[in-house]
Amino acid sequence: MSETLLFTILALCALGVLAALILYFVAQKFKVLEDPRIDNVEGILPGANCGGCGYPGCRGLAEALVKNDDISQMFCPVGGGATMKAVAEYLGKSAPEKEPQVAEIRCNGSCDKRPRTNIYDGASSCAVAASLYAGETGCSYGCLGCGDCVAACNFGALRMNPETGLPEVDAEKCTACGACVRACPRMIIELRKKGPKNRRVYVSCVNKEKGAIARKACQAACIACGKCAKVCPFGAIVVENNLAYIDSFKCKLCRKCVAECPTHAIVEVNFPPKKEIPPVAEKKDATDAKDAVVAPETVIRNDNTSAAAMAGKIENND
Amino acid sequence: MDNKLIVSPSPHVHGKLSTRRLMLDVLIALLPAFAVTIFVYGIPALMVTVVSIASCVLFESLIQRFLLKQRPTIGDLSAVLTGALLAFNLPSSIPLWLVVIGALVAIGIGKMSFGGIGRNPFNPALVGRVFLLLSFPVAMTTFPSPTPDAMSGATPLTFAKEALKSGQSVSQLMDGVSYTDMLFGLKAGSLGEIAALALLIGFVYLLCRKVITWHIPVAILATIAVFTGGLYLSDPEHYLSPIYQVLNGGAILGAVYMATDYVTSPMSKKGMIIYGIGIGLITVFIRVWGAYPEGISFAILIMNAVVPLIDKYVRPTKFGAVKPVKQ
Amino acid sequence: MGRTFRRGGIHPPDNKLSAGEAIKVMPLPETVTVMLSQHIGAPSSPQVAKGDKVLAGQLIASASGFVSANIHSPVSGTVTSIDSVPDAGGTRRPAITIKVEGDEWAEGIDRSSDVRKGCSLTPSQITEKIAAAGIVGMGGATFPTHVKLSVPPGKCAEYLIINGVECEPYLTSDHRVMLERGEELLEGVRILAKALGVKHSYIGIENNKRDAQKHLEGLLAGTTDIQVVPLKVQYPQGGEKQLIDAVVRREVPSGGLPIDVAVVVQNVGTALAVYEAVQKNKPLVERVVTVTGKKLGRPSNLLVRIGTPVSALIEYCGGMPDDTGKIICGGPMMGRAMANPDAPVTKGTSGILLMSGSESLRAPAAACIRCGKCGGACPMGLQPAMLYKLARHKLFERMEAFGAQDCIECGSCSFTCPASLPLLDYIRLGKGEVMKIMRARKA
Repeated sequence: MSETLLFTILALCALGVLAALILYFVAQKFKVLEDPRIDNVEGILPGANCGGCGYPGCRGLAEALVKNDDISQMFCPVGGGATMKAVAEYLGKSAPEKEPQVAEIRCNGSCDKRPRTNIYDGASSCAVAASLYAGETGCSYGCLGCGDCVAACNFGALRMNPETGLPEVDAEKCTACGACVRACPRMIIELRKKGPKNRRVYVSCVNKEKGAIARKACQAACIACGKCAKVCPFGAIVVENNLAYIDSFKCKLCRKCVAECPTHAIVEVNFPPKKEIPPVAEKKDATDAKDAVVAPETVIRNDNTSAAAMAGKIENND
Repeated sequence: MDNKLIVSPSPHVHGKLSTRRLMLDVLIALLPAFAVTIFVYGIPALMVTVVSIASCVLFESLIQRFLLKQRPTIGDLSAVLTGALLAFNLPSSIPLWLVVIGALVAIGIGKMSFGGIGRNPFNPALVGRVFLLLSFPVAMTTFPSPTPDAMSGATPLTFAKEALKSGQSVSQLMDGVSYTDMLFGLKAGSLGEIAALALLIGFVYLLCRKVITWHIPVAILATIAVFTGGLYLSDPEHYLSPIYQVLNGGAILGAVYMATDYVTSPMSKKGMIIYGIGIGLITVFIRVWGAYPEGISFAILIMNAVVPLIDKYVRPTKFGAVKPVKQ
Repeated sequence: MGRTFRRGGIHPPDNKLSAGEAIKVMPLPETVTVMLSQHIGAPSSPQVAKGDKVLAGQLIASASGFVSANIHSPVSGTVTSIDSVPDAGGTRRPAITIKVEGDEWAEGIDRSSDVRKGCSLTPSQITEKIAAAGIVGMGGATFPTHVKLSVPPGKCAEYLIINGVECEPYLTSDHRVMLERGEELLEGVRILAKALGVKHSYIGIENNKRDAQKHLEGLLAGTTDIQVVPLKVQYPQGGEKQLIDAVVRREVPSGGLPIDVAVVVQNVGTALAVYEAVQKNKPLVERVVTVTGKKLGRPSNLLVRIGTPVSALIEYCGGMPDDTGKIICGGPMMGRAMANPDAPVTKGTSGILLMSGSESLRAPAAACIRCGKCGGACPMGLQPAMLYKLARHKLFERMEAFGAQDCIECGSCSFTCPASLPLLDYIRLGKGEVMKIMRARKA
């Protein structure tokens, strides 16, 4: 009996040793040398795996951070400056610096301002709708309202406002990873400088049609009247392709353009309300807009640019 | 114009098919067998069926409303079908509280725990049945005798398995066995497995309505017939005849109604054949060499697990997957 | 009996309401809007200026590249603007608007109805004439015909197949052309065959158009160069690849063109336009359009000048019914729903279909039950349910492995799906992405 027991124990031990030996040699043979710092850097990164940095997940960025000497072009939008500083300190490299950013929805065409001209009944995906046609309203540039951006957001920072039919960004939750920017087929969403005290001024429209056409489709459209550019003391506003654009780095947040814009396409965020004229009351007033449309110099200039653009488009397609 | 135009991508028309229509067709196909079983077993069979369907529907709607917070989908009749198929896999003498437990397992574990219709890897009705079979083997294998003179309470397969184990030869036990009784349902068994002919009538209906294709049922039954036929020819005294094998047990019920469940079967025709052959082989292995007299439930569940693999590797031939004509 | 293609296919209800209606000439509208992009390829470049007087049949925009087509004025009148106008989908695209004044035609165009037979031109002269006339595929694909007739070096065409299938429900324009313009059509087929150097041509016609089969067979009695092939009714038989499979049993390889199996396919309407261009010097300025719908007053087949607003066609056929839900440009399976009913008729407009509100809305999508019916219906042997899931998850590389680029967008999968899933919506999207990936790799 004891013999059987002994034999069993010995056999098992021998087997164990044999297996250990095999495993040892195999492990030696197939050993993958990896920089242990990659693991540590990955630990510092937020672990959201959103791809906002342009690398496949946090590990991808960690690898790139460890392997490249110059990490000035790499930035984790989720972790922001603090995380990048920690990583740079750990690796002994100079930290890339970037202003904190936030996603901004550049369309103000809520249901009341942008009348629906037809009903979309396809798959509820902006990408599908955009590839099909101009959309439910007369504006072929504005938000389609199917919420591809909301679905793309990993941080719950976007939601559809059922009243306006437009998405809204929760600036607290937004990490500026850029997933929504990539998801939007109309290229409405832009990552902009978060600004001091989260205060921002931007043109909430991407319509490149001539003023009259844009205005007809949407009351809140930029009609490219150019008043904002004229009034801007810092030269931060350019009007190109029938559309005004505010450079967030030049903008000093004086808000002169906001007051000037006849269609209220320029939006201010997180400013305390002005005392004299509350901006909400002013928005209802549409008479300014009509005046701007018939301003003669605007129309002439717009005609020229669009004809040139059309000719250019035709040539490009050759 | 007041009413706004509707815009959607093509196609702008849809066929008449709906999930509800397909499920309803399967239920209609089950009616002949149901009629036979009511005729044979009477009110208890009716009770089992009603309780099974009602509890399946109830559990599905409760789980959807309170746990998953989904839009209720009981209108698509899939829970009704699961209930009917579960009942068809139970003996008529089973206590009704067991039926309720079976329904809970079928719907709760077999279907809703995976996310509801379309997501379950295993046939829910079979999950319920196998759960009951393993947990309550006595209740699940005691069948009331349909006629006073028939084989007392044991299904033909159980009877044959016991007899063969005890050393009897096939020719001995075949005394008094009537194939016509088996065809028409005068034998012991669960509600749905007894009436082979009625099940086949339903099969023809499903084929005519194009609800299912022939691939899975024919592959299963042919495999069982060929495999057991080979065994029978090698030793007719030890192995049952293929006709006996195909007509008895849940072979037809399983092949036509359980294995063809869309969700848990392959999507391509080639895949269906492979899946069917697999079920046939496993069924015969269990019946001939396994501990259980009947094995098609296990066979279907095992092959259910293989379906994702089949779907991954067996794809339909694409149009134009040929070399260009030489000029 | 008849032949048909071998994979997939569905049988949507026919609804050919206007099959018995003879082609009527639509009166001239007040203005026409001629889109500069009515074909696949580069938009044409305008050759007239605002205020110019033009004659019907006069060149107003010329092809700007190899895959492009000339555009001629469909009416006589004054050019009122060259600007962007909203197309059927509401997107603004460049177009020439002409105010109609009288109906004067450019010189050299024979508008008489007598049939001119026999063509002494060389193949290259024919192709040039077709290119000059701005003819494009009139089945709806609008691929410039002269490009299709230019057989690439190293390949040769063995058969010409004329597509008289018209497998889309509701549409009857090709059917009526075959019945009423049969002789001219056959002449057009012979011209096309000559241009291609093809000895044998087939005309594929489905069995729901027996009268057209008989009529053409009667006209062809005693000849052997053209043969009418009766085909069993099945959608999408009018798809180029399916038609080739049905008629000559050849499979166009994946990613290939019909010429890879030595076949060229042309539509019935195209053949008629070719006849008119070559024998009558008449450019493509009008076409037959089916205007139909269950609630429409008078479903008709109209001979319409290109550029006529669709709303005018509907008005002419009894006006828009009150409960109109959808206006479809083309057939119900592959046509495009219009957001803007004032958009003009283009070279590819084969029909205008009005659907009532209740017909128009899609059933809400349920969960996929993996029934595999989409795969059974797919004429290209693809797995639509799989492609749908991949597209929803944006796994476009894997979609390529599953053959998304072979999808012909026929809609059989969405039509069949018992869960009413928007299969094609997503597959089309994914196909676009796959094509982008493939092009990027080539470049």
